[in-house]
Amino acid sequence: MTLSRRTVLKGSAAALATGFTLNGRAPAIAQAANRTLKFIPHANLSSIDPIGTTGYVVRNHGYMVYDTLYSFDSQFKPKPQMAEGHEVSTDGKTYTIRLREGLKFHDGEPVRSRDVVASLKRWAARDGFGQTVMALTDEMPVIDDRTFQFRLKEPFPLLIEALGKPSSPVPFIMPERIAQTDPATPIKEAIGSGPFRFLANEWVPGSRAAYARFEGYVPRNEPIDGHAGGKVVHLDRVEWVIIPDPATATAALQRGEVDWYEQPQGDLLPVLEQSRDITITSFDPIGTVVLLRFNHLHPPFDNPKVRQAVLAAASQNDYMTAMVGNPKLFRECKSFFPCGTPMSTGAGGEAMIANLDKAKAMLRDSGYKGEKVVIISPTDLAYLHTLGLVTEDLLKRLGMNVELVATDWGTVLARRASQEAPDKGGWNIFHTTAVGVEFMSPTSHLALRGHGRAAWPGWPTNPTIEKLRQDSLKSGSLDEQRAIAAQMEREAFTAAPYVPIGQYQLPTAMRRNITGLIAASAPFVWNIRKA
Amino acid sequence: MTIETAVAPILVAPPMVRRRFWRRHPTIFAGAAILAVMILVALLAPWLGTIDPTQLSPIRRLRPPSETYWFGTDLLGRDVYSRTLYGGRISLFVGFTVATLALAAGLFLGLVTGFIRVVDGILMRVMDGLMAIPAILLAIALVSLTQASVQNVIIAITIAEIPRVTRLVRSVVLTLREQPFVEAAYATGTRLPVILVRHILPNTLAPLIVQGTYICAAAIIAESILSFIGAGTPPTVPTWGNIIAEGRSYFQVAPHIIFFPALFLSLTVLGVNLLGDGLRDLLDPRLASRH
Amino acid sequence: MITFILRRLVAAVPVLAVVTILVFSLLYFAPGDPATIIGGDLATPEEIARIRSVLGLDQPFHVRLAIFLGQLLTGDLGTSIFSNLPVTHLIAQRIEPTLALATVTILFSIAVAIPLGTLSAWKAEALIDRLVMVVSVLGFSIPVFVLGYGLIWLFAIKLQWLPVQGYTPLSQGVGPWLANLVLPTLSLSTVYIALIARITRASLLEVLAQDYVRTAKAKGLGDRKVLGHALGNAAVPIATIVGIGIALLIGGVVVTETVFAIPGLGRLLVDAILRRDYPIIQGVILLFAAVYVLINLMIDISYAVFDPRIRY
Repeated sequence: MTLSRRTVLKGSAAALATGFTLNGRAPAIAQAANRTLKFIPHANLSSIDPIGTTGYVVRNHGYMVYDTLYSFDSQFKPKPQMAEGHEVSTDGKTYTIRLREGLKFHDGEPVRSRDVVASLKRWAARDGFGQTVMALTDEMPVIDDRTFQFRLKEPFPLLIEALGKPSSPVPFIMPERIAQTDPATPIKEAIGSGPFRFLANEWVPGSRAAYARFEGYVPRNEPIDGHAGGKVVHLDRVEWVIIPDPATATAALQRGEVDWYEQPQGDLLPVLEQSRDITITSFDPIGTVVLLRFNHLHPPFDNPKVRQAVLAAASQNDYMTAMVGNPKLFRECKSFFPCGTPMSTGAGGEAMIANLDKAKAMLRDSGYKGEKVVIISPTDLAYLHTLGLVTEDLLKRLGMNVELVATDWGTVLARRASQEAPDKGGWNIFHTTAVGVEFMSPTSHLALRGHGRAAWPGWPTNPTIEKLRQDSLKSGSLDEQRAIAAQMEREAFTAAPYVPIGQYQLPTAMRRNITGLIAASAPFVWNIRKA
Repeated sequence: MTIETAVAPILVAPPMVRRRFWRRHPTIFAGAAILAVMILVALLAPWLGTIDPTQLSPIRRLRPPSETYWFGTDLLGRDVYSRTLYGGRISLFVGFTVATLALAAGLFLGLVTGFIRVVDGILMRVMDGLMAIPAILLAIALVSLTQASVQNVIIAITIAEIPRVTRLVRSVVLTLREQPFVEAAYATGTRLPVILVRHILPNTLAPLIVQGTYICAAAIIAESILSFIGAGTPPTVPTWGNIIAEGRSYFQVAPHIIFFPALFLSLTVLGVNLLGDGLRDLLDPRLASRH
Repeated sequence: MITFILRRLVAAVPVLAVVTILVFSLLYFAPGDPATIIGGDLATPEEIARIRSVLGLDQPFHVRLAIFLGQLLTGDLGTSIFSNLPVTHLIAQRIEPTLALATVTILFSIAVAIPLGTLSAWKAEALIDRLVMVVSVLGFSIPVFVLGYGLIWLFAIKLQWLPVQGYTPLSQGVGPWLANLVLPTLSLSTVYIALIARITRASLLEVLAQDYVRTAKAKGLGDRKVLGHALGNAAVPIATIVGIGIALLIGGVVVTETVFAIPGLGRLLVDAILRRDYPIIQGVILLFAAVYVLINLMIDISYAVFDPRIRY
């Protein structure tokens, strides 16, 4: 146990503040408790490499420790964050980006252009959007310590959007010596230039992680707006308390042993709502999208008519009620882009009629020959498994021959990668969820892509969508992008690369003395105050 | 099955003894009665007003007990009453199968190690090796690294239980083989199989039954722990364990989901244990010889 | 006696070797792979193949076993695949809570169970015996986690007496340390109290039925003395069950640690199993095995002490 005297004092002060009376301490220390935030993240922080691991919990850790060149405001427009600003050459092929003055890493070193270039290269090796950027980039020369350039092969209006990408993996900036680690090898040190320092010696994977305010962080002057604006910190210390059991975590918040529970289970909200000391709110304005993915390589879902029948049968309301429960937390969203984001047009969404009888007729006419449908479903992720059960039930009623293969998430991921036939270790259907920002843009929308066996598991082949994606890379204005998105949606509702089965808001629960929560796609702790 | 063969002599006992049986052995009577009811309820599940235990009904989720849903509904709107009754089939099957398999294997291995010194050294080191991994962790590892199915759950719990039975049998044998009556049998040239059947087996029976009931009960509970950890039977196969495990997060909002299966589970384990305790008192040859 | 102890100590080495190879093979042949979990939801097959080769997971069985054994001989348990921290460091971080919970539980259980079992045996068939047995059996019949939630609901949420979760190191004072341990200990010890009490009663009854005890009683030896005598003779099975109980306890700790969010070794191991973090699984199981072998060895020695008739 490596606990400093300071943490010991703080720990007992926190205990005191929460009504724990077995040890008496001077009330003066209670002041320190107001500067320490105890937070239950939605999952265990098992890795500290936000580039190598795409789990959202690692991304959220990344936002504590690192900063980004650009970040999205609440209108999804990229704004400079570490960058002071940029200039674009008249041919649109050279971007000159300048860093803000006085940026420092937690090890005391200044942030230099070469750190940024190395970080972006490592990120681009792991990120789809990043790969697109690098494919269009000739070179990234360092001009001086605070200036570097992107020299592009052709104009790419979305470059700044890519650098401000809020979804996982986020292009976080780290020191060059760490960023030079092979992208497939996890980094060993968490050194960034963000508002909090990671206290590596207090990290107990599976139990806790701790962060201290970084005194050297200079926030921007603009007010906070989504991910953009000045990150002003009102806390000295943030402790992540990992409690995997939802019932225990709920009880811990009820008793005030923690201040903030990131993802309480929807069904437990009534318990928390009863407490006068707890606020239930939500930080992510877009929410999470849910999808049912077909395998396009094997019967029966190599046949678009069978996919259409399932699309017509699926009731978003049934799925979302089973998965989320509380109707205040979910909405139907008949669109391939998250509802409430600029690209979501819902064009062609009328194909989702949720009518079992019509769907049965469609299936009869499709040429479905009773092939077995293998649904792979993880039992260790209850919310996903629920979707598997609902689909199994739906397809049975539709008249299909269904087998639900229930395993753990690791096995599902491994099996999902197999392009073999379902009876030879492959699959027909899986379900997953994605944070809405992942699917916000026609360019980075992985699940829509139709480049066959190279695509995201499910491997649809759809030249129309691929063509539209290419167009979107070159389009500048929002209207142009929306027009392309509408065409993509219309095509997708016909080809059904997957079935969108809804969108939900993750609730978050905090003690009433916590204020200043920012609407953003991750739980940010800057701007938060503890009374 | 050990417990059944143990019951057999009671059934052929003289009429007078049979009449006063429940007075003399209330624990056996109570235990057997509870267990019999549970077995009957599990077997007769389809005729006891149940519906399909896997049928989903998302709009009727988390309903409290009512006239339609006697035990309420769970997080997916499935009928907890039907799930509990059908779940009993699997839970009881797991308990009995594990007990039978573990006792048979453990008895065999225990007798071998207790009598054949050459084998003893090697086999006990292997058993020590297996036993060195805590039973439930071994079972968790076996199930979660292979695949969740009833069969794998049974195999995993059995493997984890075998070394304990072996060790128990061996320790009894070690004590017994120094006893005068065994030494005498040896001295008079009685062959080993005869010694085993005549002297050793009857004496291992009592501790084995205690252990057997314990294993049966432990297996039912171990199954629930596997489900709790997330390495249990798939949720499409209801067992008491996974109904409780699935509903455990809701203990504040919908306590009925865990209350009823937990009640059935606990009653059954109680019944098995009472039966075992009673049988132990009844069957112990030295206790019996007092009368 | 010393040669016996030495011989058993030497014999422990192959047992640990057996455990090592067993666990290693189990992990090697089990389906599923940490690379897919690291790669995450959006990884391509090429990325996964690369992660696999960086981790050395594409090496054949004998190469990986040789690397693992080589590390082991230098006292290196490897590095966690996910956190990239040394396994020895992860174990050191978590040993205290598990040790504390296990020790407190076993001491509490023995202190309650042996007197209960003795009372029960002495008053066999009497009301008090029935009562003790039914209560102990009841404790035995409720899954640990159900009991744990019940205790949380009553003592933490309704009465607000005790904390719900977490662990406070002993260095921060006995009060807070105990406060965090009370509920986990209560839920965990019920099973062991039941187990030890039952065995104590059963073994005592057996001893009490034997001729020499009846002779002693007939000769007018006092109840207390007879009981003391009998307990000594019943010690072998009791010691066995306490020893086995300690191994069971390590297993039971996993559930308790999960319910009460205690950062111990059990949860470290289960998290690692579910994620397939091979080095942690191997390291922690080996540690448990070593502890267990040691305890077994001590029990074997205690047999020879308690019961001079057993000689090796």
